[in-house]
Amino acid sequence: MSDAIKAATLEYATRLGDDAVVLGHRISEWVSYGPFLEEDIAYANVSLDYVGRARMFYTYAAELADDGRTEDDFAYMRSDRDYRNLLLLEMPRGDFAYSQVRQLLADVYYSLVLPELAKSKDERLAAVAAKAVKETKYHVRRSRDWVHRLGDGTEESHKRTQKAVDQLWGYTHEMFDMDETEQLLADNGIGVDVSKLRDQWHKEVSAILTEATITVPEDSWAVRGGRTGYHTENLGHMLTQMQIVHRSHPGCQW
Amino acid sequence: MTPEEQNFMRKINAEEKIEPKDWMPDAYRKNVTRQMSQHAHSEVIGMQPEGNWITRAPSLRRKVVLLSKVQDEAGHGLYLYSACETLGISRAEMIEALQKGTAKYASIFNYPTLTWGDVGAIGWLVDGAAIVNQVSLQRTSYGPYARGMIRICKEESFHQRQGYEALLVLAQGSPEQKQMAQDSLNRFYWPALMMFGPHDSESAHSAKSMEWKIKRETNDDLRQKFIDQTVPQIEFLGLEHPDPAIKWNEERGHYDHGDIDWEEFYSVINGNGHCNRQRIEHHVAAHEEGAWVRDAITAYNDKKNANKIKNVA
Ligand SMILES: [Fe+2]
Ligand SMILES: [Fe+2]
Ligand SMILES: [Fe+2]
Repeated sequence: MSDAIKAATLEYATRLGDDAVVLGHRISEWVSYGPFLEEDIAYANVSLDYVGRARMFYTYAAELADDGRTEDDFAYMRSDRDYRNLLLLEMPRGDFAYSQVRQLLADVYYSLVLPELAKSKDERLAAVAAKAVKETKYHVRRSRDWVHRLGDGTEESHKRTQKAVDQLWGYTHEMFDMDETEQLLADNGIGVDVSKLRDQWHKEVSAILTEATITVPEDSWAVRGGRTGYHTENLGHMLTQMQIVHRSHPGCQW
Repeated sequence: MTPEEQNFMRKINAEEKIEPKDWMPDAYRKNVTRQMSQHAHSEVIGMQPEGNWITRAPSLRRKVVLLSKVQDEAGHGLYLYSACETLGISRAEMIEALQKGTAKYASIFNYPTLTWGDVGAIGWLVDGAAIVNQVSLQRTSYGPYARGMIRICKEESFHQRQGYEALLVLAQGSPEQKQMAQDSLNRFYWPALMMFGPHDSESAHSAKSMEWKIKRETNDDLRQKFIDQTVPQIEFLGLEHPDPAIKWNEERGHYDHGDIDWEEFYSVINGNGHCNRQRIEHHVAAHEEGAWVRDAITAYNDKKNANKIKNVA
């Protein structure tokens, strides 16, 4: 592995780890707050998948970094300015419709990204992706079913779902942006060229929203910055909570 | 005794299980329902004190372990609610009783979880005490309850282990971590002993429950078992035992122990714990906030069914 590729792969694995831990954390905020017990279980389940995925990506990143850091150093010892997750994933929990819509937008995205990543020439990335592909099928089914039910349920649930879609749509555009790092990896058959997935994502999400009687928003606004560490105000608060115990006891084991 | 009563008592005495469709005395049905629903509510309310630390778990591994543990507890709640429904009460009715305060849950969950150490202490001591009780309940006379306990106990031992391990790491860690472990032990040890309920002489339901084999061992016997097994565990952690009177009694083959503060026990049960109101309000708030979601499902299903009927017609 050349130095440039190695550095890019480290950055890439970190980004994917950040995505997974941030969304996993947000979902975990629902446990014991769900609309009924079965949902508490389902939320815990999906959260476990995402946090588990984060651990695998960070573990690989730590190996590439080879500077003594562990998965926990990646998760707990970096501030929001260092985090490289997509903005969509750090948005607060919101109401049930907001969370399920965010989940749909993210789940469909990963259902397209992961099968591509599973073909990566980098065996480690491919292996993590291959494992995650299976979970993602279940995730998409779940968030799709929920958006159908909420969109086409009562007047109130419809209103909440449409509002969530309108509020979140502007954060989806950056999911398909490429930068130098990702381009280098895509050119070398290691990373995924996400710009090529945009049309398919739009098609699948639109079909689900339309069936749910939800209007697909126009692309009138777009917020960007997650991959450069330019975050919303939400991430700082999230990490403050997530990292407080770990950082209060420097160098300790748990 | 009517022939039905005779047959019921014959089964109880022969260690045969009572099944949902079998005849049973009303008081038996009531007693089992009360105990099972209380158990189910405990699983569910118990998600809160531990859930309080999911977002602050100090490592990714601990976060995953805690998430799966709390997920298990939700599963236990679900499973026990279904077992309860075999006796003719619905989950909605049980939840209403919980929220109105007519149904109880384990009072241990009225204590606050203040530090990460408390997550370890709960797994080790609270799940540990629950296991002692539940192992005994694997032989309870009501079939669905007994089978539920067998299934649930398998997961509970993982809960206790992860809690003890978390505390062991703290006990062997920095001075602050060790202090955290000791503090959690001190706060949760006595309430864990109280989980077995009052002395048998004071317990309202004990005698009849024993006769009907709903309960298989007395509160005090189960508590003694727990006290005995906990002493070497505390020693291994290198922590100080919270009960200065703990002392091996060669003659009894058990540890003697100090008096339990039953005034505190009744005080917390009667609403004076740090979290009694909070736990119920949390449950009510989540339930009420979920109302529009549950309505949406009903409306959606109604529409789909109406469409189906239209298509068939
Ligand atoms: Fe339990
Ligand atoms: Fe349990
Ligand atoms: Fe448990």
